Amino acid sequence: MTGHPTRAAEFIALPQRAAWHDQSLWFVRAKRDKAAKAIPEWESLRDAAAAIKAHTVANLADYLEEFERNAKKLGAVVHWARDAAEHNAIVLKILSDHNVKRVVKSKSMLTEECHLNPHLEAAGIEVVDTDLGERIVQLANERPSHIVLPCIHKKKEEIGELFHEHLGTDAGASDPQYLTEAARGHLRDRFLKADAGLTGVNFAIAETGGFVVCTNEGNADLGVSLPPIHIACMGIEKLIPKASDLGVFLRLLARSATGQAITTYSSHFHGPRAGCELHIVLVDNGRSTVLGQDDFRRSLNCIRCGACMNTCPVYRRSGGHSYNATVPGPIGSILEPARDPAKHASLPHACSLCGSCSDVCPVKINIHEQLLIWRRELVKKGLLPLTKRWAMSIGSAVFQRPWLYKMAGGMGRLALKLLPRFLVYSRLNPWGKQRELPTPPKQSFRDQYKARHGK
Amino acid sequence: MPRVGLFIPCYIDQMYPDVGFATVEVLERLGITVEFPEAQTCCGQPMANTGCTEAAAPLARRFVEIFEPYDAVVCPSGSCVAMVRAHYHEYFHHDLRYDALRPKVFELCEYLVDVLKVDKLPVRFPHKVGLHQSCHGLRELRLGSSSETIVAPFNKAKQLLELIDGLELVEPARPDECCGFGGTFAVSEEAVSCLMGHDRIADHLQAGAEVMTATDMSCLMHLDGLIRRDKRPLRCMHIAELLAGRPV
Repeated sequence: MTGHPTRAAEFIALPQRAAWHDQSLWFVRAKRDKAAKAIPEWESLRDAAAAIKAHTVANLADYLEEFERNAKKLGAVVHWARDAAEHNAIVLKILSDHNVKRVVKSKSMLTEECHLNPHLEAAGIEVVDTDLGERIVQLANERPSHIVLPCIHKKKEEIGELFHEHLGTDAGASDPQYLTEAARGHLRDRFLKADAGLTGVNFAIAETGGFVVCTNEGNADLGVSLPPIHIACMGIEKLIPKASDLGVFLRLLARSATGQAITTYSSHFHGPRAGCELHIVLVDNGRSTVLGQDDFRRSLNCIRCGACMNTCPVYRRSGGHSYNATVPGPIGSILEPARDPAKHASLPHACSLCGSCSDVCPVKINIHEQLLIWRRELVKKGLLPLTKRWAMSIGSAVFQRPWLYKMAGGMGRLALKLLPRFLVYSRLNPWGKQRELPTPPKQSFRDQYKARHGK
Repeated sequence: MPRVGLFIPCYIDQMYPDVGFATVEVLERLGITVEFPEAQTCCGQPMANTGCTEAAAPLARRFVEIFEPYDAVVCPSGSCVAMVRAHYHEYFHHDLRYDALRPKVFELCEYLVDVLKVDKLPVRFPHKVGLHQSCHGLRELRLGSSSETIVAPFNKAKQLLELIDGLELVEPARPDECCGFGGTFAVSEEAVSCLMGHDRIADHLQAGAEVMTATDMSCLMHLDGLIRRDKRPLRCMHIAELLAGRPV
């Protein structure tokens, strides 16, 4: 199968890259463990979060309308977007109506999902991502490789080169403090010149009409505090019913994401600043379809903490770009095939079904089970290679007939014993590339058992 | 006397018969007579995990027919038991026969700990042993607490290994990371699979393990394949072999 396996093998072929990537992310996972352990009621918090999400999603239409009413009362303008194209058109129209030329944007996976930046840039608008990691990948003309740590695939030396080229830092400089100061100066200039600020939304609260944006760099606040227009883009699943629910999620989010007790900034927005405009764009883009699917509904619980990526032994060793997706890693391998199953057919198989993601998930999404269900869906859609389907059908036919199974097993063991090594370990045998096959015994268990019991 | 059916996974039957006999011996020493129903072949997991549920369904139905007469079914594989207990519901919607069989299917360690309440084992194994936590046993059967969940720690396999005279358990730095076998994943994602395996082996070696054990022979087949190719000083033995008192 091409797709993820090929790209993963390319990442692993880079000397030491996979080991270093794995260790960096395992370090984050270990920090998460420590932070979670500090909370005796951690598992109850997960239960509560999953229950609140299940309730919200079951009553989503009502809560969305409640949110819209309350947000309007606070003076916000609320827009509804059916898909990415509508979202992009709405944002562009707001910006064009105000003759906006420069936009600063804090991290928003939704705008990545909708490919907003190229859409605005094509209309002559400059978009600057202000999250440091996002700015780095933007300068490198790449996409984020992780939803919380967008440039985790890059070493500081590579960032030094990039900054030398784009920001004029000293050649060969790779001191993180120096590079961060340079980025800070560069971004301050963009903040001051911006005509509009864009943010994502971590949690929108139906009962108040307000919303919360979590950042560690304060870049969302900076980006929307100076310009007269704030546009907040949110997937419709970001809703929670009450302000009192927020505590549950804020306690889970940062601990799961980075092992912090709370994000440095949890900024609450209730309507526009005096004399300014606040636009909220509610985006469906396939979410209501997932809402209608029993098997996949729980994937809407996702709060984009990235814990499943940090814990995934496959993600850690294959890098985010190997998924070729907006959201990489375990949860992305559920979300992305929902949008384009043919393009992302290899993703549900980029998983050893170890289940670590399901156990780490703060909102209790049964991620590895949904990946398994996706494999079934791929077969139904004809997206599993025929050779594999045939192999499984033949296997099943053999296993349904004990005599045939016995015969096939005996022949297999004999072949393994008699065939010359170069045939067994040919290029057609991926098992044997780095591994030995087991040494076949003379007799199977069943044959020996029968002999011993004299039947 | 309960009537206990022995469920031997197909690859153990064909490639690792002694793991099957070690299982029989452990149980017989505890006074349990087992029967091996010869009609059994495969639980259907390879098909199910590839998404080929139509190919898996007849194997699931066969399994229930073959094992429903028994009071208990015991198997030296957490993964195959997890297939039956956690994934067969797809093939049996509110089926009384499956519902009756489901709670009677046990992985070997959980049968020894939960049903037979084993608190001593008359065997000796004077070696440093690393326990590899096979994922399906750990996270689907909950044979132990996983490192992700914040619960009081427990581990049924470890509990049994601690009863073995002379056996010294060593602790890898990452307590329960996947070895990368994953069924067809081992070949379809060969590069990632082998790197995961190499990392587990290195972790157990740095912890000082002479022998790596697990509740699943499939993980060990993959790890042993890497170990033998690279000639690393580490042996792989199924936990049933240790519990039966097999030497290295």
